[in-house]
Amino acid sequence: MAKRIDVSGLTAYYGSHKAIEDISMTVEPRSVTAFIGPSGCGKSTFLRTLNRMHEVTPGGRVEGKVLLDDESLYGPGVDPVAVRRTIGMVFQRPNPFPTMSIYDNVAAGLRLNGAYRKSELDGVVEKSLRGANLWNEVKDRLNKPGSGLSGGQQQRLCIARAIAVEPQVLLMDEPCSALDPISTIAIEDLIGELKEQYTIVIVTHNMQQAARVSDRTAFFNLAAIGQPGKLIEIDDTERIFSNPSVQATEDYISGRFG
Amino acid sequence: MKIADTIAPPPQQELPPQAPKPSKSARHRGDRIFLGLSRGSGIALLVIMAAIAAFLTWRTANALAVNEGNFFTTFDWNANADPPVFGIAVLAFGTVVSSVIAMALAVPIAVGIALFISHYAPRRLATPLGYVIDLLAAVPSIVYGLWGALFLVPHLSGLFYWMDDYLGWTGVFDYSGGAARSLFTVGIVLAIMILPIVTNVSREVFLQVPKMHEEAALALGATRWEVIRMSVLPFGRSGVISASMLGLGRALGETMAVATVLSPSFVIKLSLLDPGGGTFAQNIAAGFNEAGDVGRDALIASGLVLFVITLVVNGGARMIIARRKEYSGANA
Repeated sequence: MAKRIDVSGLTAYYGSHKAIEDISMTVEPRSVTAFIGPSGCGKSTFLRTLNRMHEVTPGGRVEGKVLLDDESLYGPGVDPVAVRRTIGMVFQRPNPFPTMSIYDNVAAGLRLNGAYRKSELDGVVEKSLRGANLWNEVKDRLNKPGSGLSGGQQQRLCIARAIAVEPQVLLMDEPCSALDPISTIAIEDLIGELKEQYTIVIVTHNMQQAARVSDRTAFFNLAAIGQPGKLIEIDDTERIFSNPSVQATEDYISGRFG
Repeated sequence: MKIADTIAPPPQQELPPQAPKPSKSARHRGDRIFLGLSRGSGIALLVIMAAIAAFLTWRTANALAVNEGNFFTTFDWNANADPPVFGIAVLAFGTVVSSVIAMALAVPIAVGIALFISHYAPRRLATPLGYVIDLLAAVPSIVYGLWGALFLVPHLSGLFYWMDDYLGWTGVFDYSGGAARSLFTVGIVLAIMILPIVTNVSREVFLQVPKMHEEAALALGATRWEVIRMSVLPFGRSGVISASMLGLGRALGETMAVATVLSPSFVIKLSLLDPGGGTFAQNIAAGFNEAGDVGRDALIASGLVLFVITLVVNGGARMIIARRKEYSGANA
């Protein structure tokens, strides 16, 4: 299920503003890659170019290449809707559909893909909720609204919703920044389990989190406010946090700026 | 031992030096004035409402005391005769039916326009379109009435004959020719009149759908229509109901446009396309000038019924909204 992402020479704009410039990297399948860097360095923007969510923002456009295994995401005739069905996303703030029950939230993606039999849906919903470590907490109230859950449960519901369609890649945009420490640990444990099946990319402001959950870490930075963000380096997480090859990375990690 | 005893009291913190504060009365004067103003307005509203209700009830009681017919079932309005005989059956039927037709025509179109402006149209088109809709809301109702009577009525016969051919078997769309001054025509004019308000309120609601709900659908691989179905419409549902109720309120009470278009008569016909029928507001406008004392009281009594119908409709809408409260977007 998991696929490799190859990015080369990717530049993204908001209107005339260049948000990120000339980014190239490879994300290995069945691994967790963390993006760290100061606010405004473009790591979220870059994440959103990986499932073509960037172009949803008015004025958003992208130059460069993104390959999923060998298929180009930005090739001519590629439907962004189809891309987003293969590459799931979890957002900063938990965003279950407020008008839907827990069950319907998880089933939402499947229903988009076409008609399913009730028994099939039941199976996938249970599997996804188990996969997101939420099943035991909600199995007795699947028909209650998802917005009635706690923040951490809602975020796990969103993860269940994303993995229900069995994506190739799971993108997470600061998934724990709105959660308390206990919920955060629950999500981090979950990420550790999910990486056995999925390619995971996570943006985080929390460097301990990056060190805890990721195999590889990419450090982004920008020269000054208004300048485009750039990829400074990407390496094994251990190396980034112990002996990075660029001075700026070490300065950032040791808290000397940012 | 109580749990509270085991917890050490928080260490006393040094308070920062106090900045000199303005005197208490000066700080709170604004609060007091505002409290007085808002409380006064609230009480004034209740008093006015109570006064209106008392007035309507009193005059209604006067009228009903002398009515020789049944107020609810009589198909006639001879309030100035001696003895007076009048009933609201025809008016209630005409008011409700014409408003329901207006809603059935206007709400789907209004929701469509609102979605187009909020989610499909490029901004360059959406803004002027919004202005045009606002402009429509500002046109006086007599203008819609004149347009209906002078333009729409002569042009509707063809459509009515067509409906008679294909839908006549229902009985509801029987058309026997003649000027198209019927309840259905009134419904069409009312639909056009309430279109702007329903559109505007719906558009505002659709624009308020949180970005994160739409992105949730997008990230699952939803097309634009699927985003609207999954996050925009459910979020906007209660707002669209409220918008429709505002429109319905206007349709129920509309006077001049109905009086100009309709050819009134005190009959209830199954066919909506044949002329005849009447509405509360139209009947009051048509009869008030020539009415005697009892006649005026009778018209006021019919006004009270319209007041109650509007109240019931609004209450019903609130119940619909409240029943699905836990699923509304409000607590997300």
